[in-house]
Amino acid sequence: MTDMTIASTPAAPIATDRPRRPHEERAAWGLVAPAATLIVVILALPLIVVVALSLTDYQLGAKLWRFVGLANYADLAKDPVFWRSIANTALYAVAVVAGSTGLGLAVALMLQGTGALAPLWRTIFFLPVMASLVAMAIVWEFMLHPTFGLVNAVLGLVGVAPMNWLQNGATALPALAVIGVWQQFGFAMVLFLAGLSGIPTALYDAAEMDGAPSAWARFRLVTWPLLAPVTLFVVVISTIRSFQVFDTVHALTRGGPNKATEVLLYTMYAEGFEFFRTGRAAAIAVVFVAAMLVLTLTKVLVVEKRIPAR
Amino acid sequence: MTRLVLSSRRITVGAVVRNATLLALAVVTLAPFVWMVSTSLKAPDEILTTDLHLWPHRFAADENYSRAFAAVPLGRYLLNGVIVTATILALQLIIAVPAAFALAKSEFRGRRLLFGAVLFGLLVPYHAIAVPLFVGLHALGLLDTYAALVTPFSISVFGIFLMRQFFQSLPDDLVDAARMDGMSELAIVWRVMVPAAGPAISAFAIFSAVAHWNDYFWPLIAVSSDTLFTPPLGVVAFRNDDAGTNYGVLMAAATVIVTPLVAAFLLAQRRFVEGIAFTGVK
Repeated sequence: MTDMTIASTPAAPIATDRPRRPHEERAAWGLVAPAATLIVVILALPLIVVVALSLTDYQLGAKLWRFVGLANYADLAKDPVFWRSIANTALYAVAVVAGSTGLGLAVALMLQGTGALAPLWRTIFFLPVMASLVAMAIVWEFMLHPTFGLVNAVLGLVGVAPMNWLQNGATALPALAVIGVWQQFGFAMVLFLAGLSGIPTALYDAAEMDGAPSAWARFRLVTWPLLAPVTLFVVVISTIRSFQVFDTVHALTRGGPNKATEVLLYTMYAEGFEFFRTGRAAAIAVVFVAAMLVLTLTKVLVVEKRIPAR
Repeated sequence: MTRLVLSSRRITVGAVVRNATLLALAVVTLAPFVWMVSTSLKAPDEILTTDLHLWPHRFAADENYSRAFAAVPLGRYLLNGVIVTATILALQLIIAVPAAFALAKSEFRGRRLLFGAVLFGLLVPYHAIAVPLFVGLHALGLLDTYAALVTPFSISVFGIFLMRQFFQSLPDDLVDAARMDGMSELAIVWRVMVPAAGPAISAFAIFSAVAHWNDYFWPLIAVSSDTLFTPPLGVVAFRNDDAGTNYGVLMAAATVIVTPLVAAFLLAQRRFVEGIAFTGVK
């Protein structure tokens, strides 16, 4: 599994013991100069600016602004909408991570030993990962239509009363989570398939001989422990993706009804680009970055642990 | 022998259950795609009804698709998508490949610092710096241009990282021999390294193209003129438009916008799946 090899190398030593040659040094600088410049201008500088902006009351287009210290953060801490936004993001992430990881693992396990049909199933389940999410969100909106929607029609067959899924505060966030799982589980499946292909079949034979005849016993004794690092990796990577949920929210609910689907990135977007409260949006961005850093550092640690699973 | 027969029968029963489950799941997974295409072929009176059927009684594909192209410049959106995605990918490769090569195969002062910056860059999602990028482009008067859509993605630290890992796995002899022959470093990058890095480059190209063709967040912020809309912006603009209440036409527009990438995926699905798994670190 290639991504494991890539992922494992950050810890590898960079330096070689070759003596430096001035000619080579100049040539190398020539090669990295454009990239180094852009990293400074497009990544490093904006990161510093976003922290700086979060300490001001700057509003886009305003002539005057002043340093306000941590006032933006203090305001956020007092703002129930911001806390609602964090809670919704966390709820959404938990639902989508559990759903897409569980479904991805189940499908990957079922695909083992389906023989000639496996590539067909894999293609079908991977299709939503490729398709433009925002276009498919609009299709989902139509399927969730209270009167003419496919979802209500199908659920009506088993006696479920029609619902206005996206306009109901109790069902809007779960509906978005279902779309999220639908879109992401194929990605988890692919990572699990790669992980499963690395488990030597000899281990299953050994488990069977040691008196673990049922499929469940073999799963518990061999597959699950050996797959644990991949599972952890999938969980972290799906969490990172779920925290970035935006497209479906902006296209379908705009944070509503009544803030029921207000999520972190959408709150930042609305503050920064609809109300032009740039300083406040920057403060949300800083909170967002902090959350992502924690998650990604967890990923790096997980990746280190993943190596023995090969 | 009875054991063998028994176990083979068990496998058959298991296989039936398994394939039935997969089939049910496949139906749910494909439902939005099938329903989108089906609706795009129907006339309004067949859509706004509770009598749901998959196959249209009367085909209205002609009028739905031609109205979709007439209501908004769908062709223009697709062209913008191609321009933006291709320009981003080209810039990313031109800038990242030489840097990745130097990081993998050359000694120079500041190498550790640069690689540290690349690793740190991997931790920061672009959404987080959208506010300062927007303010910066606003100050430069570049908002609402192709440049605004493309510039923030001209540097891909992920591309540098991925390529560096790959170049490191290539033997040093390859580079040393080329240097002996008096090739310039830049010539070594493009004529020796790139041809050898096919799998890494195609994996990155797929990753980048999928990400930027489907990106909604940044184009939403960066442009406001509909002549600059990328496909995702286009389909939402269409929905918000008056024509958007005509679901047949709306689904026709969605079909047009989803098709290019899905078709590319179906044609080269092995490559896509492997490419995305390969870049799964992101």
